[in-house]
This record gives sequence, C-alpha cells and structure tokens, in this order.
Amino acid sequence: MQRILVGIKRVVDYNVRIRVKPDGTGVITDGVKMSVNPFDEIALEEALRIKERGGAEEVVVATVGPADCQQQLRTCLAMGADRALHVQTDARIESLTAARLLLKLVEREQPFLVLMGKQAIDNDNGQTGQMLAALWNRPQATFASKLQIDGQRAQVTREVDAGLETIEIDLPGVVTVDLRLNEPRYVKLPDIMKAKKKPLETIELATLGVEAQQQLQPVRFEPPAQRQKGIKVKDAAELVAALKQKGLL
Amino acid sequence: MSHRILILAEHSQNQLSVGTAKCVACAAGIPDAEITVVVCAADAGAVAAQAASLKDVSKVLTIEHPAHAHALGALIAPQIAALAGSYTHVLGPSSTFGKDVMPRIAAMLETSQISDIMAVESATRFRRPIYAGNALLTVEIAAGAKMVGTVRTASYQPAPGGGSATVEKVTSNVALPTHTRFVSVSAAKNDRPDLQTAAKVVSGGRALGSAEGFKILYQLADKIGAAVGASRAAVDAGYAPNELQVGQTGKIIAPELYMAIGISGAIQHLTGIKDARTIVAINKDSEAPIFEVADIGLVGDLFQVVPEIEKLLAV
Ligand SMILES: Cc1cc2nc3c(=O)[nH]c(=O)nc-3n(C[C@H](O)[C@H](O)[C@H](O)COP(=O)(O)OP(=O)(O)OC[C@H]3O[C@@H](n4cnc5c(N)ncnc54)[C@H](O)[C@@H]3O)c2cc1C
Ligand SMILES: Nc1ncnc2c1ncn2[C@@H]1O[C@H](COP(=O)(O)O)[C@@H](O)[C@H]1O
Repeated sequence: MQRILVGIKRVVDYNVRIRVKPDGTGVITDGVKMSVNPFDEIALEEALRIKERGGAEEVVVATVGPADCQQQLRTCLAMGADRALHVQTDARIESLTAARLLLKLVEREQPFLVLMGKQAIDNDNGQTGQMLAALWNRPQATFASKLQIDGQRAQVTREVDAGLETIEIDLPGVVTVDLRLNEPRYVKLPDIMKAKKKPLETIELATLGVEAQQQLQPVRFEPPAQRQKGIKVKDAAELVAALKQKGLL
Repeated sequence: MSHRILILAEHSQNQLSVGTAKCVACAAGIPDAEITVVVCAADAGAVAAQAASLKDVSKVLTIEHPAHAHALGALIAPQIAALAGSYTHVLGPSSTFGKDVMPRIAAMLETSQISDIMAVESATRFRRPIYAGNALLTVEIAAGAKMVGTVRTASYQPAPGGGSATVEKVTSNVALPTHTRFVSVSAAKNDRPDLQTAAKVVSGGRALGSAEGFKILYQLADKIGAAVGASRAAVDAGYAPNELQVGQTGKIIAPELYMAIGISGAIQHLTGIKDARTIVAINKDSEAPIFEVADIGLVGDLFQVVPEIEKLLAV
C-alpha cells in the first residue's frame, strides 16, 4: 500500500499570547487553546492532495503526547486522514525521542513518504524531521515550498536563505514543510461527524522499546526583555530629524 | 578541563559566512574553549584561510570533495558525525544551512540538540528563545553528553580577525550517500546590502498592495543604503520574494535601524526584529501593535509619508 505518514504535534494555538509562569517553571498552558501545529496542518494538507491526485492510497497521522492529543488527531481525521496513531505518554518528549518513536511507526507502517512540519511553534526546535531521516538513514528535504513526486523520486523546492533551492531525493524519505507549500482546507461539520468513526489507535510508549530520555533539563523560563516605550512623531520631517539626531541617517 | 568545540563552517562562493564568525564568538564564551572550524567544500582553500584568520580559532580542518560544491545536509552530516568523536561541543549557525544539517548530525551522535543559542551560561547551560521569542528558556544538558547546537546569529557580533590558526586537510573515508542530489538554486541577485547583515533595513507589509507598490521601498532603501525586508503577508501575496521575509519563519535580524512600513506587527513578525536597535513604524492605524515596540512611531499613510521622507533626504 502506497502510504504517507504525517507527524502531528499538539501545541498552544498560534494566536494565544504566551505568558511565563511567575515562578519560572514553564509557560501557562492551563485553559489555553490548543491546536495542531500550523506547519503540521500544511504537511497533512499536502499528503491529502497527493492522495487525491492518486499518488497515495492512505494517509496516516501520528502523534506522541498525552491523552489530550486525541482532539488534534480527530481534527486531522476530519480534514481527511484515513487513520491516526497515538503514542501515549505524559513524559516530556525531546525531539530525539520523538524521532526514535516515529521511526518505530515508520518501520511498522512502511510509508514511502513522511511529511512533517519544519518546526513546532512551541519549542521552535526544528529538529525532529532531520533526526528521523538520520536514524532511518534516508534522505531529508527541509523547508519545502513545492513538492513533486515522480515514481521513486521527489523534487523538492526548499526555502533557503539565498532564495529557492531545488533538490531531488530518492524515496522513501522525509520532507519537512514550510508555510507557502499550500493552504490547509477548512474542516466541515459532516466531516467532524465522520471522523468519529475513523480508526484511532493508542499505543503505550513503553511497548515501543524506546525510552523517553531527558538529556536536556529546563532550568528556568523567563519573559523576554520589554522594549522601552518609544515616541510618536507627527510627520515625515519630524521623523527624519529624529533619525538624524540618532545618527541613523 | 578544556572544552573542544567543533564549528561547521557555512560558506558560499568562496566566502565564509558572517554566521560562522558569530558561531566562533558564541563558542569563545564557553569556558576554556579550544575552537576548531571544519570546512566542507569542493575546494576549501580560500574559506579555510578566512576561518583561520578569526580570533580564538586554533585549528581549521578541511574536507574536500566534489560533491560539496553544493551543501547538502545528508552528505555533510555523516562526515561531521565521524569527526565529532573527540569534541565536547558541535556548533553551526542557525541559518537554513545549519538548521538543516545540525539535527541530522545530532541524531547520528545520538544526542539532543539545543537550537538557537542566544547566550552561554556555562559549558552545559545555554539560553534560547521558545514560543517565537515570547519566552526564554535556560536549559542544561546532561553531564557527559555531547552537545550539539545552533547559534542564533542575531545575538552575536562576529569574532574579529587577527587569528592565525593552522589548516589541516582531513581525508574522510565516509561513503557519501547518493540518495540526495542538488538540482538548482534561484537566488535573486541585487546590489543592495544583505538583509541578514545590513545595518539598516526598510521593510514593507501587505499595505504596499503590489510588487509595483514595493518599488517606493526599494527607492528609499537605496537612498539610505538599506536592505529591503518584508512581512509574510507581503511575500505570500507575491509583492516581494521569499528570501526577504522577516520573522519567526523568515530571517531573524538585528540591524541598527529597522523601518516597518505598512506592517501591523504580528507576534511572528516581531520575533524577527527583537534585537533591532531602533525600530521605526509607519502605519495609518494608530492602534497597530507595531507601535508597542516602535522607538519612533508615525501614524500616517505610507504612500504619502515615504515619498516625503525621500524628498527630505534629497536636500
Ligand atoms: C506559524 C506562523 C508563522 C508566521 N511567520 C511569520 C513571519 O516569519 N513573518 C511575518 O511577517 N509574518 C509571519 N506570520 C504571519 C503573521 O501572523 C501576520 O499575518 C503577518 O505578519 C501580517 O503581515 P502584515 O503586517 O504585512 O499584514 P497586515 O496584518 O494585514 O497589516 C497591514 C498593516 O498595514 C497598515 N496599512 C494599510 N494601509 C496602509 C497605508 N496606506 N499606510 C500605512 N499603513 C497602512 C494596516 O493598518 C495594517 O496594520 C506567521 C504566521 C503563522 C501562523
Ligand atoms: N511529539 C510529536 N509527535 C508527532 N510529531 C512530532 C512531535 N514532535 C515533533 N513532531 C514533528 O516534527 C516537526 C518538528 O518539530 P520540532 O523538531 O519539535 O520543532 C513537527 O512539526 C511535527 O511534524
């Protein structure tokens, strides 16, 4: 079966104003809206489009995290994924651990393509896709803004600092997606109903033979320094004068 | 105990990137640092010489291979991983090059990575932004673990020159994978300063309305010797090319002067300019969030204000 696996992470919604806990032990997540990582939505959308074009038979979404992640997996099923895998754990999961666990799922599901976000907007790590590709000993194409699959190969256009770079990789491989790859579809109400009946499999982390190692210990969270309140000028002349005074013009 | 730090050089067209010199500056903040820079290139000579002249670098290693004419993470990672054995830290810049290759190296070394280092507190303790810069996290890596990290270049000044490191050729016997091939790169060429290193940046948002509209920013930028930047909305709409995007998913910059013109100031945009020395905002909406971070704000219509500024500069 021609299958695509998509990595999904549950994160604080990107519209939420992040606040650090006063005691510096984390950021406030109680009562805060949680969503599918926006990059992962784009990864899923791309997988669905490939399937709709006849390039894949099945789209499977997978997440590692606590029980609540099932909400986000249901959203993905409503978007159109066929099946969901939930590696359940309450442990803090480092990117390397997520990659090791996803590798176990890759070995089981044998996808020809793994699509992931280029970064999770909570920890901003940007690591898991590349780590999975390394452990799997397969190619990686990061920051994709265009993806063309041609049999056993994929041409990927990547957003790099210099502009746009195109590389070709042999499949199977890992592609991490950037924002401009596509615009994810909206979920319609009937699809939410249908998604309730789609298979969602829960897998206990311990059964996969991977340890949730804690190599990185958070020591302290703090809010960033606030900028000083600035001044308002009334017109272009005042602006130019102010900049000249600062020696910037 | 001295800490042995390996820095993966970034370069293009025989030029070492400023980001690499910034990695050296970061590494120099690790106690008792002994710094080695490794250059993977088709022909490493010129780049190696530039790296050798950076202060605090004690050794430069070169790995030459025709396949390194284009930097591909999947090819570079196994070579660096093979070299990393005797080092305590492996660092690269937080550019798209470093972001692509460093996690692959980390995984090959079976170690976790610390991304976007903005401050070094000790050889095992580092500070980095998370949640698009809305929180700062100090993180400690387990004793004895090899540390792999990317350096948030906007947080550092480049290491100065004046060094004279030895240059050594490494013959790598790592088989290079053939599963990844370079096809092409399209980089817009222009004579303007580079967005990432420019002292001044003029940046435009959705309000510019068209690629044509962006021209007034290019004119202003040229007049004051600035680079041009853009918000994601402007790039998505096709007004500006993607490499000009500033923000969480674009470039993180730290110019002396940043002029945000017709940009609302979404959190994801502000992440990219937190370290700018002076922020100027021109926006017709006095409630726009950009004014909360602007040092100098001007409420007005950009299509009127920008030409006026230009005229004032002409005299
Ligand atoms: C995961 C994620 C990552 C993102 N990453 C980035 C990123 O890296 N960079 C980024 O920029 N955005 C990013 N965004 C998008 C961000 O949330 C905003 O949508 C975007 O920055 C808005 O761009 P803008 O300010 O140009 O447009 P708008 O928000 O539409 O603002 C336009 C502004 O122009 C003003 N204006 C209109 N006409 C005039 C005029 N004639 N004169 C003066 N002012 C005028 C308006 O008052 C308004 O404030 C990201 C979003 C997500 C979800
Ligand atoms: N816990 C997780 N479960 C499933 N996928 C994940 C998890 N963490 C990260 N990913 C995937 O890896 C991408 C990059 O995450 P990160 O390396 O944490 O920035 C995300 O966009 C997801 O696609």
